[in-house]
Amino acid sequence: MSSGEKYTAAAYGIVFLTILVYVVIIAAKLSRLERETAELAELARSRRTDV
Amino acid sequence: MSTSSPSNRVPFIAAAAAALVGLAIVFAFFVAPEDADQGISQRIFYFHVPIALTAYACFGWGALKALLLLWKKEERYDLESYVAIHQGTIFGAMTLLTGSIWAKASWGHWWVWDSKQLVLFLVLFLFYSAYFMLRFSIEEGPRRANISAVYALFGVVLIPVSFLAIRLAEDFIHPTTFTRDGPQMTGTMFLTFCIAWVAITTLAYALYRVELVGKRLDENLRELREALTA
Repeated sequence: MSSGEKYTAAAYGIVFLTILVYVVIIAAKLSRLERETAELAELARSRRTDV
Repeated sequence: MSTSSPSNRVPFIAAAAAALVGLAIVFAFFVAPEDADQGISQRIFYFHVPIALTAYACFGWGALKALLLLWKKEERYDLESYVAIHQGTIFGAMTLLTGSIWAKASWGHWWVWDSKQLVLFLVLFLFYSAYFMLRFSIEEGPRRANISAVYALFGVVLIPVSFLAIRLAEDFIHPTTFTRDGPQMTGTMFLTFCIAWVAITTLAYALYRVELVGKRLDENLRELREALTA
């Protein structure tokens, strides 16, 4: 592998890695939102049974 | 009644972005001819330049939303401005990294301080990076939104300066591909560049919409929690 090929692979790899990290962060956020939504749904259900 | 809200379109935009990025990679590596001067490392150009242009576009979009916030006083523009600047910073970081690698491959240096375009892009990037420090040092509310908007608007002045620096300063270190005589490349190379530009812009727009949906969902959940626990 020539040095030009290595640099090109590194440049495209950085773009790919950045997007991958972004997707992982969004996935983690979605999991948190799902958990919070479930907690709120549970809270709403318990309030309804109290009434 | 139409059910096509902006968030409903996100999967289609994301799918289009993925397809276009794939097409751009195919064109960059298998269709565009190899540059006689730089060899394979010239192929970095097909992603580096569109990423840089997208970073400028994101900062400009963020400034436009900031202007709309100050003008119309609608709260939603604050979040839209923030997300656009966040995207601009991500694409700006990618510009600096890919540019640095390309510089090492072409010039033998990771960074050249004499190149005014590089330095001005770094200044623009650092200016908008400082936006987050300012924003998160102020308590949430209209004051934070207004100060952030004014700061975002100041930064927009740096965009044309950074963009035109290469021509204004007659800087011959950084290559000028687009001159008054048109693009200095073959038709296939220019087509590849255009496909990559559309692909990266669509990708940035998809990420912008995804982040916006997430932030709005976060806000709605917080309001719901406050209402339920009150």
